[in-house]
Amino acid sequence: MPEIRVTPLGAGQDVGRSCILVSIAGKNVMLDCGMHMGFNDDRRFPDFSYITQNGRLTDFLDCVIISHFHLDHCGALPYFSEMVGYDGPIYMTHPTQAICPILLEDYRKIAVDKKGEANFFTSQMIKDCMKKVVAVHLHQTVQVDDELEIKAYYAGHVLGAAMFQIKVGSESVVYTGDYNMTPDRHLGAAWIDKCRPNLLITESTYATTIRDSKRCRERDFLKKVHETVERGGKVLIPVFALGRAQELCILLETFWERMNLKVPIYFSTGLTEKANHYYKLFIPWTNQKIRKTFVQRNMFEFKHIKAFDRAFADNPGPMVVFATPGMLHAGQSLQIFRKWAGNEKNMVIMPGYCVQGTVGHKILSGQRKLEMEGRQLEVKMQVEYMSFSAHADAKGIMQLVGQAEPESVLLVHGEAKKMEFLKQKIEQELRVNCYMPANGETVTLPTSPSIPVGISLGLLKREMAQGLLPEAKKPRLLHGTLIMKDSNFRLVSSEQALKELGLAEHQLRFTCRVHLHDTRKEQETALRVYSHLKSVLKDHCVQHLPDGSVTVESVLLQAAAPSEDPGTKVLLVSWTYQDEELGSFLTSLLKKGLPQAPS
Amino acid sequence: MAAHLKKRVYEEFTKVVQPQEEIATKKLRLTKPSKSAALHIDLCKATSPADALQYLLQFARKPVEAESVEGVVRILLEHYYKENDPSVRLKIASLLGLLSKTAGFSPDCIMDDAINILQNEKSHQVLAQLLDTLLAIGTKLPENQAIQMRLVDVACKHLTDTSHGVRNKCLQLLGNLGSLEKSVTKDAEGLAARDVQKIIGDYFSDQDPRVRTAAIKAMLQLHERGLKLHQTIYNQACKLLSDDYEQVRSAAVQLIWVVSQLYPESIVPIPSSNEEIRLVDDAFGKICHMVSDGSWVVRVQAAKLLGSMEQVSSHFLEQTLDKKLMSDLRRKRTAHERAKELYSSGEFSSGRKWGDDAPKEEVDTGAVNLIESGACGAFVHGLEDEMYEVRIAAVEALCMLAQSSPSFAEKCLDFLVDMFNDEIEEVRLQSIHTMRKISNNITLREDQLDTVLAVLEDSSRDIREALHELLCCTNVSTKEGIHLALVELLKNLTKYPTDRDSIWKCLKFLGSRHPTLVLPLVPELLSTHPFFDTAEPDMDDPAYIAVLVLIFNAAKTCPTMPALFSDHTFRHYAYLRDSLSHLVPALRLPGRKLVSSAVSPSIIPQEDPSQQFLQQSLERVYSLQHLDPQGAQELLEFTIRDLQRLGELQSELAGVADFSATYLRCQLLLIKALQEKLWNVAAPLYLKQSDLASAAAKQIMEETYKMEFMYSGVENKQVVIIHHMRLQAKALQLIVTARTTRGLDPLFGMCEKFLQEVDFFQSFVDKLLDLMPRLMTSKPAEVVKILQTMLRQSAFLHLPLPEQIHKASATIIEPAGESDNPLRFTSGLVVALDVDATLEHVQDPQNTVKVQVLYPDGQAQMIHPKPADFRNPGPGRHRLITQVYLSHTAWTEACQVEVRLLLAYNSSARIPKCPWMEGGEMSPQVETSIEGTIPFSKPVKVYIMPKPARR
Repeated sequence: MPEIRVTPLGAGQDVGRSCILVSIAGKNVMLDCGMHMGFNDDRRFPDFSYITQNGRLTDFLDCVIISHFHLDHCGALPYFSEMVGYDGPIYMTHPTQAICPILLEDYRKIAVDKKGEANFFTSQMIKDCMKKVVAVHLHQTVQVDDELEIKAYYAGHVLGAAMFQIKVGSESVVYTGDYNMTPDRHLGAAWIDKCRPNLLITESTYATTIRDSKRCRERDFLKKVHETVERGGKVLIPVFALGRAQELCILLETFWERMNLKVPIYFSTGLTEKANHYYKLFIPWTNQKIRKTFVQRNMFEFKHIKAFDRAFADNPGPMVVFATPGMLHAGQSLQIFRKWAGNEKNMVIMPGYCVQGTVGHKILSGQRKLEMEGRQLEVKMQVEYMSFSAHADAKGIMQLVGQAEPESVLLVHGEAKKMEFLKQKIEQELRVNCYMPANGETVTLPTSPSIPVGISLGLLKREMAQGLLPEAKKPRLLHGTLIMKDSNFRLVSSEQALKELGLAEHQLRFTCRVHLHDTRKEQETALRVYSHLKSVLKDHCVQHLPDGSVTVESVLLQAAAPSEDPGTKVLLVSWTYQDEELGSFLTSLLKKGLPQAPS
Repeated sequence: MAAHLKKRVYEEFTKVVQPQEEIATKKLRLTKPSKSAALHIDLCKATSPADALQYLLQFARKPVEAESVEGVVRILLEHYYKENDPSVRLKIASLLGLLSKTAGFSPDCIMDDAINILQNEKSHQVLAQLLDTLLAIGTKLPENQAIQMRLVDVACKHLTDTSHGVRNKCLQLLGNLGSLEKSVTKDAEGLAARDVQKIIGDYFSDQDPRVRTAAIKAMLQLHERGLKLHQTIYNQACKLLSDDYEQVRSAAVQLIWVVSQLYPESIVPIPSSNEEIRLVDDAFGKICHMVSDGSWVVRVQAAKLLGSMEQVSSHFLEQTLDKKLMSDLRRKRTAHERAKELYSSGEFSSGRKWGDDAPKEEVDTGAVNLIESGACGAFVHGLEDEMYEVRIAAVEALCMLAQSSPSFAEKCLDFLVDMFNDEIEEVRLQSIHTMRKISNNITLREDQLDTVLAVLEDSSRDIREALHELLCCTNVSTKEGIHLALVELLKNLTKYPTDRDSIWKCLKFLGSRHPTLVLPLVPELLSTHPFFDTAEPDMDDPAYIAVLVLIFNAAKTCPTMPALFSDHTFRHYAYLRDSLSHLVPALRLPGRKLVSSAVSPSIIPQEDPSQQFLQQSLERVYSLQHLDPQGAQELLEFTIRDLQRLGELQSELAGVADFSATYLRCQLLLIKALQEKLWNVAAPLYLKQSDLASAAAKQIMEETYKMEFMYSGVENKQVVIIHHMRLQAKALQLIVTARTTRGLDPLFGMCEKFLQEVDFFQSFVDKLLDLMPRLMTSKPAEVVKILQTMLRQSAFLHLPLPEQIHKASATIIEPAGESDNPLRFTSGLVVALDVDATLEHVQDPQNTVKVQVLYPDGQAQMIHPKPADFRNPGPGRHRLITQVYLSHTAWTEACQVEVRLLLAYNSSARIPKCPWMEGGEMSPQVETSIEGTIPFSKPVKVYIMPKPARR
């Protein structure tokens, strides 16, 4: 029995180090290769020894697919390809290919330079790893080998994020990666056609949430920033360099433009400039508004947002500063925060989630006095929280499942408890099987792949001509001969099959005797049979031949009188193998006897 | 639309006046060689199919007269039978279709042939084209039942064709021609026709999506033609909603909408439960579901249709705005709900704490439905859509639904306010307009007002002005709201001083709508103090004027307010009442004479007498014919004077009065011209003295153009009379020329032209039509003679007045023309001049309004503003904001140029074009050409100074 096997090495009932193995029709594909933010030991990378104990990974995996550039989806890639050893193709979209090495390099720097870890991948390894990457376009069908093909769909989430369809023959799996069903200021919504895969592997970060309209959030954000700068205060927005930062920049930039504001906006440099450069280049991946207006002006060429210099923080007057990192735990954002925290006119806006223990988390939970480098710091500035997140909510997930119409769904990238709820909903409302394996647990899905059979045109046309109306999507009975030759199948008419195989045709005839109780002569019996059949079989051609026999299409009926009993007549029914259906119907009909003649 | 209406106008009056014999007489003039013969020769010459195709293509570029169509068709058919190449046959088939559309040709004679060739045709493409031709024939003969039946039979027969193109066309044919009434066709004939709906319905499940779409479209076509669709179609259509192809889904949504409008009250069961609901509710739920379809085309379609489903129950309607939020399985309130709560609890801050939007109660996991079959959150999704087309459609739908349901209007307010911050300006503008339209039903809460007012700082002028319009008709609930609005508007005024007029107007309405809310604010606004005299504010400060406008308008209905004014306020009132009388109403001030109040109430009772007066003075004119010329002239002069004065006094009647006065002036001129001596003098003797007559003719022509194009609401009746007048003027012109020119040649041309004109609009007096045959054959001299007698006998036609008639007018707001500082620029280069004008009662301003610049050296320049420069702030009003580029060679000193607006017209645009031309490639130029222009605004002088370029 053919089957699809799925084993999550990471992201099974968990968020982080996404890595899912899929075996489909004998092909092995690895989806994503991420790291886990919560761990600093071996557990941060997926356990690749699961794939093979000894022997090279290249022999076991046909390809690796990376859905987008976030580190929990690509962070383990250099380790996997260079240190564990994999030489096969790695597929990702063009923006991912461009931005991914920047983030990997940053990650490496923090791990090696800041934390002083040994035995970590090197810059050269990142470069070597990126050489194995094959970039794909949206909706481009890439033939990995003769049978395996993959295709990317737009996923929103971050620039270059994609959903991938993996297809072998008629079996297919769709992996969504992370996606967003509502558009934001710089990206559109995820979209997939009705591709009806056997399995849809979807993220479920917000499995139990239905979100409010993003407009209120945006409006609140803008209003708060606007009010603060009008009062003459300074606004600090700690962000991570890629993804949300760009969205917020566009939001503020367009607002400034609309409202004709002159207050400076700064962006702390670093990663961002490089990344912004790529954002400018990959306009086709952005949303409608940016795509439409980029002829006049590229929205990522910010007019109001300038590079930040450390000295600017002490400038008088209002300003808005985006600074990294996002959780106020170190770096520039923390420095600026310390400078501005004392003034109640200022404001800090946290645009995302903060891990426990960070300064961000402390101030969000209402702490007003902080201990910092041995000194007491009183926080007088206003602290705001705004959630900007780019994952699909429960409704969005259901919507995507509805769009793709899969046979079954598998949930990854979410918490077990929340998945449970969504699983139940999917099974209830969409009547689709749903799975949620833990890491290392294998799900096996039996499939019934359809086998394509070629049909000869002559046969098809002949059958079409016979039927009355072509009814779409309804099974039809068809007579023909199936020829299996070199693993392909053809359906041809029997004459042609005989000719091709060089065989002589054998006639196969069934004959059946039906005893009728009738005292009249054979001819008359035949006539009665004729009139009876004529009245019953209106659609068929019933003929009475001069020699006394009756034909229905090609079925021959002859009445004979056996010598021993004049009261019964024997009706000889004879039909060829092709007319089996009609012949057996006739015999059963005749066995019931003839209706009494009216005379 | 306007062009279409014009066409209709013309078509109608052609039918009335044009006698059938005319075509016969016209034939005599046909001297061109026969089309069919030429075509035949060409086709015979063709050696290869490619050649033949070329000839056919060439042939198709020229129109064919109705008389020669049949001949051409025969030739084409003959070649069709001989032709082996399918592409040539295809072209012939398409030509047959085109030809059968020719006006005045009855295509029933070629139908048999068309059906015949259809039966022997093998190529699917040609078959499809032939069916298309049959469709053209069938639509040309809508009355002929037998032919329709036959065509439907043909279509049914070819429905089983394997090619989707053929099936498509068959379905189209069925949709367009399938008989509507069962009762008309009886017995055996009716067999085919009886179940056209069923036949089409069978193809809802065709294997080809294009055919499925065609089947749905055919069904919709049947509906449009007035056939009542069966309710059974509803279920079939619902299945198609989950089709794989977007065009099928899109058409299915339409079909469901149609059925829901036909059977809104019938009951349908809900699958998987025993409940039943109204069909319109069910359909509403289904269409709502399509708002989150995968294809944006379908989403737009669905969102649009939602707006017109007014019969839906309010319970379902309100669900569209409800998307039950939850977070970690706990119920969460929307930001809107939170805002409302905060507001009602009296606290005005939100989201200071991290956990502010923390979820409240636990949600029962079993009860949460993630994909509702109902309408849940359809608009929430639609308004958040990725494509702005969908968002606009959703806003429009919200608007329509809110207009019909006040409770829904209240609910959708939050969502509309949110749309004010959309990233695309068009959407923002649309939602502001929508809000204005529903503003009668709603009252803004303070926090909503706050969001609305925040948009006042938008840098786009359109947005700001739309917002001012919105504020004009908004209801505000509290005095803080009014204060907030005033503060924001003043902020707006300082930031964008050009908005002055718009802001003042806005405050005028704001004040008059909320007198009681303004009252407690007055001391603060005027900064008066109970004990101390405060400084007198600057009277020229626009912000101060704005405040005063608000207060004075509020004071109009609030008699206690003037008591709060200080002395200088009264002085300022008197000043503003004079200088800005359109913004400041007359107030009943204590101890002051009510100068204006005596006038204002008197207007209303006088309205009827003035109408009467107008009628009477017009009736007086009807007796014109019985008077001697002298008396007639005097009567006309008096009446014109009366009408003009009336127009000045009564703005409501100005349009009618002006219109009639213009008409009478034409008549007066005509009478004067006919009084001339020239008629008695023999032609050769009379040469130079024709000034008066020819000037009169010219002026009448001008006036008639004005009458025809400068007034909106002119009906056919009037157009005919105007044309009549113009024709008289043309006749006069012809006679004058005939008498003053020697030699026949130029006269001949003029005569011919004149006859063409007559032929053209066939609205000259009946007598002239009777004389037509004689005119046609006679010599120019004779024509002149006939015309001369005719013209003198021609009677004065009574002009019936239309219901609503308005004169188009324009005022240029900017440039103001007062500046003494010349606009300096380097000669030869270009300077941009901002022009801002309001247009009233102009139809189709995009095509008709032009800007003219007149330089001192007499050079005139006409500028065509872009269509996007016109805005439509209200019915009948337009606003033109554009830039005019000026340039000139150097002058020695500053000089004034004149800027004015022109109304371009083209009387030939009213002539309907033959369908042949429409099909061809060269039709569009005809419409864009301008025949003449009428100035319709006061010229504004702009002081400019082109300096010589410094080297």
